Amino acid sequence: MNKTMYEKIWDSHLVHEPEGGTPLLYVDRQLMHEVTSPQAFEGMKLKNRKIRNPHSVLATMDHCVPTTKAGRAVLVDPIAKKQIETMAANCEEHGLNLYDMENPNNGVIHIVVPEHGFVHPGMVACCGDSHTATHGAFGALAFGIGTSEVEHVMATQTLQQKKSKTMLVKVDGKLTKFATAKDIALAVIGKIGTAGGTGYVIEFAGEAVRNLTMEGRMTLCNMAIEGGARAGLIAPDQTTFDYLEGKEFAPKGDDWDAAVTYWKSLVSDEGATFDAVVELDAAEIAPQVTWGTSPEQVINVNAPIPGPDDFDDKIKKQAAESALKYMGLEAGQSLTDVKLDIIFIGSCTNGRIEDFRAAAELLKGKKVAPGIQAIAVPGSYLVKNQAEAEGLDKIFVEAGWEWREPSCSMCLAMNGDQLAPGQRSASTSNRNFEGRQGKGGRTHLLSPAMAAAASVAGTFVDIRDWD
Amino acid sequence: MQPYKKHTSIAALMDRSNVDTDQIIPKQFLKKVERTGFGIHLFHDWRFLDDGITPNPDFELNNPAFKGAKILVAGDNFGCGSSREHAPWAIEDYGFNTVISTSFADIFFSNCFKNGIIPIKVTPAELDSLMDEIRANEGVEFTVDLEAEKLTTPGGIVIKIEVDAFRKQSLLEGLDDIAWSLKHEDKITAFEEKHKQQLPWLWK
Ligand code: SF4
Repeated sequence: MNKTMYEKIWDSHLVHEPEGGTPLLYVDRQLMHEVTSPQAFEGMKLKNRKIRNPHSVLATMDHCVPTTKAGRAVLVDPIAKKQIETMAANCEEHGLNLYDMENPNNGVIHIVVPEHGFVHPGMVACCGDSHTATHGAFGALAFGIGTSEVEHVMATQTLQQKKSKTMLVKVDGKLTKFATAKDIALAVIGKIGTAGGTGYVIEFAGEAVRNLTMEGRMTLCNMAIEGGARAGLIAPDQTTFDYLEGKEFAPKGDDWDAAVTYWKSLVSDEGATFDAVVELDAAEIAPQVTWGTSPEQVINVNAPIPGPDDFDDKIKKQAAESALKYMGLEAGQSLTDVKLDIIFIGSCTNGRIEDFRAAAELLKGKKVAPGIQAIAVPGSYLVKNQAEAEGLDKIFVEAGWEWREPSCSMCLAMNGDQLAPGQRSASTSNRNFEGRQGKGGRTHLLSPAMAAAASVAGTFVDIRDWD
Repeated sequence: MQPYKKHTSIAALMDRSNVDTDQIIPKQFLKKVERTGFGIHLFHDWRFLDDGITPNPDFELNNPAFKGAKILVAGDNFGCGSSREHAPWAIEDYGFNTVISTSFADIFFSNCFKNGIIPIKVTPAELDSLMDEIRANEGVEFTVDLEAEKLTTPGGIVIKIEVDAFRKQSLLEGLDDIAWSLKHEDKITAFEEKHKQQLPWLWK
């Protein structure tokens, strides 16, 4: 039978399939951060259980971590401090590899894991974090789980999992100069809706996807969850192998050759059937900006902001109405007339080196508009150091940006970086839910280049006709 | 986890779609290292006025008729967003053990079962009729009988609860998933041995 990549990975990890019960799936890698793990460790302790494979875990601290050197030296938020200390103590007790705040490898979990080649094609990887989907960029089945499941993986190295349906999202043709992986992600979500992928694992394919760098593929898979999907997948190819080769946790020597042969066998068979197929033409994808409070409320930057009348569906009408109200916008308004307060480049969606390069290119020799606060938060210390080696930090700082230390930061505003009520941001993160970046804050999602241009103009810009 | 018993309780109405986990439990409350005590923060940003203390009189769950509700009836796509299990912890701690919607986000859906909550999927027409019944009679009590896989209302609505046999059993008995999986430890070990031979580099 012709199998999809998802089915191949699934079959090769099936430990047990009880009759009438939920299959038990083997987990190769578990990723951890400080917010969703403490209660799992607590559960382990109460039952006196041991972590089955400590070497399968990589942990970091990212959500509560401040983005200033002073803030990191003295954690003023006592609860964040407790969470961070608990994480350190738990990792120490169980002998886990932790990139704590002082570690040169520290950063956002979904940025640091690939940097060290910890997840490979064909693996099953989990984390108590929905954006685990990021690692699907390597052709690994990677998905978010709840804290009870984190504990389950710790104790058993398996998960009770239901098999998902498969969806092929095919993006053929070539992207135009100013459209990026982020724009593909937003365009896909705009098309299928935030519940469109519910119950599915999405495989992204097509010329435009093949042409993406690993960074771009990670951005795309990262947002599969915003389309409701369990995971995103991209077939491994030479781009994947080149990225992994030589990384700390990548196979070495003879193992490397055996691994590459194995990885090549994972791609979906010719003629394999998917439960759903969605097609997009890359050439038609314009720079995207969200206007509402759900990632599916997204438009081309040059399109007018829609209103309830633009939707036939009752629920979408209602959602548009409340989103416009919350966002302080009007139907028909142009995005280029909307005034911004804060610009944020960072997060596990767009906090990689390529994102800062793209932004720096637009910022060179320009200045941030008056009244705008612009914050650049590299996804990890490796990204930060690389950017500094290339002189990107200077470009940002000379343009009037703040160049910060790695963290999730404004992506979810748990570390003190946040919007005040009514403030409006242009953000390269992944969620524009009400209050995501601070209570009453208004978030517009876009690509790093679009965010950079917005910082200079003080409003949204169609970068296709900008100089 | 408490065994899930048949119950007749007030059904609270929340006619909003795409209720996301950031609304269910805003992130400023995620810093605790315990599992309990999240109920007082459920729907915080909607539930309280800007001072963070005064109940918002316009928020559905502050309606006195819904006091003590164990059943939450909500719009489409409930629980989307993050994987935080704090969301079902907060829902459970507040007092709900049943959530009804036309669809649920995947991770939220499976998190519910781990915390003694049944997420019941209904058709849009069924949801409309349940909502209408609550609107017409605020404080109305529905009956959830998991054993019989049935939800019934005084208005005569009967809805079949679709739940797989394993999850049903775990809920009814309040079973620990890990203990169940560990019963198959020999299979896990055998799988691991085979996997190690195929992909030895995963252990280096
Ligand atoms: S950057 Fe944002 S989405 Fe990514 S792990 Fe951190 S909080 Fe989650």
